[in-house]
Amino acid sequence: MRPKSTKKRIIQVISYTGLSFLAFLMVVPFIVMITTALKPENELFSHAGSWMGTYLAWENFTYAWNYIPFGKFFINSIFVSLSVTFLEVLTSSLAAYAFARLRFPGRDLLFYLYLGTLMIPAQVTIVPQFILMNQFGWVDSYQALILPAAFTAFGTFLLRQFFLTVPFELEESARIDGCSRFGTYFRIMLPLSKPALATLGVFAFVTQWNAFFWPLVITNTEDMKVLSVGLKMFQGIYGTEWHLMMAASAIVIIPSMIVFGFLQRYLVEGIQLTGMGGR
Amino acid sequence: MSVLPDIDNREANRVGMMKLTSQKRRRKKWNSEALAGYLFLTPNIIGFLSFTAVPVLVSLILSFYDWEMLIPPIFVGLENFKNLFLNDPLFYQVIKNTLYYVGVYVPFNIVAAMILALWLCSITKGVAIYRTLFFLPVLAPTVAAAFIWKYMFEPNIGFVNTFLGWFGIAGPNWLGDTKYAMLAIIIMSVWKMVGYNMVIFIAGIHSIPASLYEAAKIDGANSWNRFVYITLPMLSPALFFAVVMTIITSFQVFDQAYIMTAGGPANATNTIVMYIYESGFQFFKMGYASSIAWVLFGVIFTVTMIQMKVQKKWVNYD
Repeated sequence: MRPKSTKKRIIQVISYTGLSFLAFLMVVPFIVMITTALKPENELFSHAGSWMGTYLAWENFTYAWNYIPFGKFFINSIFVSLSVTFLEVLTSSLAAYAFARLRFPGRDLLFYLYLGTLMIPAQVTIVPQFILMNQFGWVDSYQALILPAAFTAFGTFLLRQFFLTVPFELEESARIDGCSRFGTYFRIMLPLSKPALATLGVFAFVTQWNAFFWPLVITNTEDMKVLSVGLKMFQGIYGTEWHLMMAASAIVIIPSMIVFGFLQRYLVEGIQLTGMGGR
Repeated sequence: MSVLPDIDNREANRVGMMKLTSQKRRRKKWNSEALAGYLFLTPNIIGFLSFTAVPVLVSLILSFYDWEMLIPPIFVGLENFKNLFLNDPLFYQVIKNTLYYVGVYVPFNIVAAMILALWLCSITKGVAIYRTLFFLPVLAPTVAAAFIWKYMFEPNIGFVNTFLGWFGIAGPNWLGDTKYAMLAIIIMSVWKMVGYNMVIFIAGIHSIPASLYEAAKIDGANSWNRFVYITLPMLSPALFFAVVMTIITSFQVFDQAYIMTAGGPANATNTIVMYIYESGFQFFKMGYASSIAWVLFGVIFTVTMIQMKVQKKWVNYD
């Protein structure tokens, strides 16, 4: 008995050591970001090999914060992401209810049309979307940032898959008791689907928060920029001042990661439910 | 899409049940049900039509036009595609670069994600902590993550070359060298997204019945055999799905490359989507940009269809 358990223990030690090393490699970039953001400018080269400079240069954060209007970018990102999330959850849940629960001519055809568009790269639609926004005079506006992102086939697909797993019986009896279709959707389906709605909500928020391509194309003034595009602007001005670049990255990454860290469970569930989205 | 046959079957069963229980009532109320269906769909479908379906068609039409925004569009037939394939060396370059990215990134990502998932499923303590650490980069905003990696790859003071220096290796000028720039972007992308597929695989592994492993153990199968004959076949639907989705998204690589190298040096990291961005939104050649986008779609569609065909040979849905 004894040699076997020793062997097992050795394997366990090796296993945990290897995993910890890999986990360390995953975290290294974040450590590099924080330590560089706290290095004094003139020590970037002299202390390149060490984690710390001679003192913690907190002023780097003040500089970075003041060089570009981060406050404005944060507010834009929060407003745009919350609006997209609200619209996406609302309209996707309505459409998903129709696809999962109601029968009408053309339903399956429409659903396959939705599914089919999941395969089309966003870049195919981006030129016509830009032209459309230009026609409306909406270039560089909140509408242009929010609306094209708010109606996704992905959200409808995710909620439909979940709605199909909710038992029919509750709705049937509610209908017999005289509840309207909108009533069964609102009073029965939505409360029963809270986990899926939360999952989609978190997905929509994180995707929008990290989105770059469309905001880059559709905004040009500082007033309308969201965090990702604003940060890109920082690179244009201070691209070689690494201590400031890292401070700016930390200003964006740290609050995002803290919030998303708490919401991680929903993201993992969403990925596992559909195997996609949020990329 | 036959990607999710179990769910489609489930729905079929349920529709069947529904028919039996409420056929009569349903027939009477069919009209009101159809009306309700369309009403529920309306908000989403208006957005879907205006921002997805119609733009897809417009983009297809635009790809046959020469349009530089200021003057009215001119119909040129297949001229854009002809120019792409016959007179545009940069187009071949971006296709080559993108294929190189996809060809290295996808296997790298899938294998690493699989190893991590199997590893995490083999330990008992601290699973949640390790999973969180591997998943962390997925949550990081790409632009900020790309900033960090640009610094990591800085040739003189960046962490990568400092690290290599500890072992006496003189690292290259990663992002400034045409030979290494794309590789650097691939390394960054694997770091960023490996946690995503890992999470898919963990869910797949957890759904394999433990009884299969117990039976195999009794029959004397070693751990390699258990992996090859149980885990891999049982995991094949998840694996298939992850491969398809990872290929689709990696053909659209843009953010990291745009931030870290802006396509350089000498177009070594210029990708298809970056070329669409340049043509459409820097040179305002809207027709040309649309035709590149359709070539991209054609490539993704073809690759996906081939995978759908081939999956019958290796994906196990029982």
